[in-house]
Amino acid sequence: MEELRNKYLDLIARAADEATIEDVRVAALGKKGEVALKMRELGGMSPEERQIMGPALNALKDEINTALTAKKAALADAALDERLRSEWLDVSLPVRPRRMGTIHPISQVTEEVMAILADMGFAVAEGPQIESDWYNFDALNMPSHHSARAEMDTFYMKTPAGSKEPPAVLRTHTSPVQIRALEKNGAPIRVIAPGRVYRADYDQTHTPMFNQVEGLCIDKNVSMANLKWVLEEFLSAYFGKRVKTRFRASHFPFTEPSAEVDVQCQWNNGYVTVGEGNDWLEILGSGMVHPKVLQNAGVDPKEWQGFAFGIGIDRIAMLKYGIPDLRAFFDSDLRWLRHYGFAALDVPTLHGGLSR
Amino acid sequence: MKFTLSWLKQHLDTAASVDEIAETLTDLGLEVEGVENPAARLSTFTIGKVIHAEQHPDADRLRVCKVQTNEGELQIVCGAPNAREGITVVVAKPGDYVPGIDVTLGVGNIRGIESRGMMCSERELELSDEHNGIIELASGNVGQTFVDWLAQNDPAKVDPVIEIAITPNRGDALGVRGIARDLAARGIGKLKPLTVDPVPAGFTSDLTVSIDSDTLDGCPLFVGRLIKGVKNGPSPVWLQDRLRAIGLRPISFLVDVTNYFTYDLNRPLHVFDADKVAGNLRVHRAAGGETIVALDEKTYTLPAGAMVISDDNGVESIAGIMGGDHSGCTDDTVNVFVESAWWDPVQIALTGRALKINSDARYRFERGVDAAFTPEGLEHAVRMIVDIAGGEASEVIKAGDVPNHARAYKLDAKRVQSLVGMDIPESEQRQTLTALGFRMEGDMAHVPSWRSDVLGEADLVEEVARIASLTKLVGKPLPRATAGVPKPVLTPLQVRTSAARRTTASLGYNECVTYSFIDETAASLFGGGDDARKLENPISADMGHMRPDLLPGLLRAAARNQARGFMDLALFEVGTAFHGGAPEQQQLQVAGILVGRTGPKDVHGASRPVDVFDAKADAEAILSAMGSPAKVQILRDGPAWFHPGRHGRICLGPKKVLGIFGELHPKILRDLDIKGPAVAFTLFPEEVPLPKNVSASRPAMEISELQAVERDFAFVVDTTVEALTLVNAAAGADKALIEDVRVFDEFIGGSLGEGKKSLAITVRLQPREATLKDKDIEAVSAKIVEKVTKATGGVLRG
Repeated sequence: MEELRNKYLDLIARAADEATIEDVRVAALGKKGEVALKMRELGGMSPEERQIMGPALNALKDEINTALTAKKAALADAALDERLRSEWLDVSLPVRPRRMGTIHPISQVTEEVMAILADMGFAVAEGPQIESDWYNFDALNMPSHHSARAEMDTFYMKTPAGSKEPPAVLRTHTSPVQIRALEKNGAPIRVIAPGRVYRADYDQTHTPMFNQVEGLCIDKNVSMANLKWVLEEFLSAYFGKRVKTRFRASHFPFTEPSAEVDVQCQWNNGYVTVGEGNDWLEILGSGMVHPKVLQNAGVDPKEWQGFAFGIGIDRIAMLKYGIPDLRAFFDSDLRWLRHYGFAALDVPTLHGGLSR
Repeated sequence: MKFTLSWLKQHLDTAASVDEIAETLTDLGLEVEGVENPAARLSTFTIGKVIHAEQHPDADRLRVCKVQTNEGELQIVCGAPNAREGITVVVAKPGDYVPGIDVTLGVGNIRGIESRGMMCSERELELSDEHNGIIELASGNVGQTFVDWLAQNDPAKVDPVIEIAITPNRGDALGVRGIARDLAARGIGKLKPLTVDPVPAGFTSDLTVSIDSDTLDGCPLFVGRLIKGVKNGPSPVWLQDRLRAIGLRPISFLVDVTNYFTYDLNRPLHVFDADKVAGNLRVHRAAGGETIVALDEKTYTLPAGAMVISDDNGVESIAGIMGGDHSGCTDDTVNVFVESAWWDPVQIALTGRALKINSDARYRFERGVDAAFTPEGLEHAVRMIVDIAGGEASEVIKAGDVPNHARAYKLDAKRVQSLVGMDIPESEQRQTLTALGFRMEGDMAHVPSWRSDVLGEADLVEEVARIASLTKLVGKPLPRATAGVPKPVLTPLQVRTSAARRTTASLGYNECVTYSFIDETAASLFGGGDDARKLENPISADMGHMRPDLLPGLLRAAARNQARGFMDLALFEVGTAFHGGAPEQQQLQVAGILVGRTGPKDVHGASRPVDVFDAKADAEAILSAMGSPAKVQILRDGPAWFHPGRHGRICLGPKKVLGIFGELHPKILRDLDIKGPAVAFTLFPEEVPLPKNVSASRPAMEISELQAVERDFAFVVDTTVEALTLVNAAAGADKALIEDVRVFDEFIGGSLGEGKKSLAITVRLQPREATLKDKDIEAVSAKIVEKVTKATGGVLRG
């Protein structure tokens, strides 16, 4: 018995492949195997002998079976290890190419502006880019002879010969949306209007198309002091640090009083940093909406008053993200789009931060 | 608008520094664009005296001088012919920057002799073009700074020049006096009185002036005086200096006088050579078509209605804009007629624009010249002419009258607080307005004649706040419109536009912002390029048309990138395209292009040329992100810029097009210089229907515990049969049971024969009530085959 056990366990231990294992199994436990034959002998034994030998043989059978299974698994593992050894890959190889898209800085900054001003209750209004003479000029207190018109380098649409209508224009500012929004919603109102505007000017710092965001807040008791607070809150949130502003008297036909607004900044080797230093940088125009403009939009200036402002989106994008050249915004140079663009899921929010 | 400090001080009694004045002007709304202070440039130079000069041993033209300076005696080698003992000179020492030669001096060695500095010529100091010799001063002490010497002896040379930008409302600030008035109102000095001692009339003129009745609305007042026996010639030095300092070229005294008062008092004038005027002067409207050679020696054809001044010879002057060359003054002029008139701003603007003349006179009349000052302005000019050029003046010849622009507005002192948010006492408000020339009568503020821009109560508030300084404004929180958490503000379209943008970027596209105007060729290729969408005044020919579609701009961008060596591109843009030239004729688009290969060649062989199904996949993903329904129709017959057989319109019914995708037509790629292949999509967010149910709650989820079964079918159909038709037919066989139908294989030709193809589909059956039995499956299979056969004429492949 003990002899049998040692013999087979030894054979199992020495088996080098699955076929040998099978041979061993047949030799030991097969129908004519040695252990099976011993089992058969049980019938001829006395009950007492059987009482001892029966369990012993069963135990032996189990032990051999267990050894066989374990050896099989060990052999399979060894075979797998052997296969895996041959399956080495150079994982330093590059992956299958995957395109990485980007969001244009203008879109990103527009969303940043919307996130901040939405928190102050400003909705987003829109208007057409080809605009009528009335909305772009007259309604904004710039009658046809107004010299401010001449200074705006307006693009005009071609009019059919003999047409008496003044030609439509490419809107020179987002301010016509003030009128459209007031006509649609009346007062009180808080809206911003981001979008493309056009002026016939092209040089180092001007492109014939650029982007502005208009702000408009009309209510009963809104003053220029509120405007200053809104702008300082907005600029501080946008630039991510406390930004001081300076209001300077100026003139826009559609606001009265009017102010140009400078932000505190510092110049260093031709680069400008907003929110520190002792210099001032002109950043936007603003003022209290002119009574005539309110009137033109069907709002009673005796009852309502408020402020408006206009900021260059491209300009504040350049300032915040250190983008040097305005013209490159519209060139679609892949290198520029990748360098200055934003990740698709980088959505600016107030709770998660406007920029990473 | 430029002026010098000394000019300003002629009207303003002030001790303020240039810097203080400049800062104040900007704050007042007269934004300083530049201050040019010659003193700053010359500050290092000092006065020296040549105490000894001798011939350079090795150079004929050089002299070795010993010069006494504030730093002791210096040896300076000098090549100027006038360098000699005893003269007083301007010395630049080592370390000094000499502007005229753009050099910072060091210690030199000139032909073996050390030289410690230089004695400067006027050109070297940028004082004039004089370079025949070094400066010899008639006075001056050794060590004194040259700037101090100039200030005492030749102040014009160190007179700071200030340039300011004038907003269109401030015509009054186009004269130095107007600027001085603003500064005085702020408290920077006192405005000096302006007086004139009119020249008494010496004779009665024969010349008369008349204004046609139909021109009185544009020229209500015309005054003039004839001066006989003047002697024209160069202007006095002070006048020449002033004009030069502000960038004007002195011409002759009679011309310079008009320029001077234009800038000094914002009073444009014209001086006729009276001997060239035939008969009398008449102010009238041009009939149209008359020509005149103006003072700029260009010939202009007058538009009908333009105001002109004529004599018996014809038109002599374009009124209020530019005088005529024929009757202009020359050096030989002896008898002159001086004109001072008031012209209506709107009419001047229109004529000026029509003739494209940008003159100082037009610029000022357009922005408002003080009408009431017209006669007095004339007296200032006549006084100066007679004082300097001599002659005898006639009585004043006058046509029309000073127009009555008088108006007054109520000063509501509380309005400054409510509108601006600044607390300014009423007395200070009244004082400000008075200083600006308003006449206070009770609470009514009468507007001064030079402030044509003040047209309402809000203007009074503006003046008060401006003079008080907006820098004093303190921010005040804007309360929330409603308490609590702010509501969302974006419209559904704005939300989905943003979703479309970010989805497209996440699919690997780079967002572009291209110009809304493109070249005619590209516009025409995409259904545009017509006159309606053409710009009247494009900035260049390649920006002449409003884009009919976003694709041409993206393809032009792709071509530029390919020229830089980037051949494989995924670009997109979200923006408006224009289907007409009127407002609202615009449409929001999301457009993308894929050009070249899916990526650079790679070790895995994954890169392949882009194809129409890439564009379709991305178009579907973006539409889905915008909330488009999953079930759409794919129709053909899209626009001509797509490959006729390889594009599709994504539709909800034949009229509702959500988007178009496809391979771009090879001709388009050729014309736009794109190295293809190139596929594209254009989507229309405004067309995607908004959800009817606005509730955030989702419908109940229905899932079955029963086993789903998939069965494959292959049908042989004509090659023209579209897969979607077959899929829809199969899906319609049992709408309750069939959960999904997918095409997994297409095989064309081979043993199937010409014109045939095989489409294989997997149908997924999802039982709801009981496990499917074989006979159930057979029944639905038979129905699928029947439906497909009926819809496509196809047969089940054996």
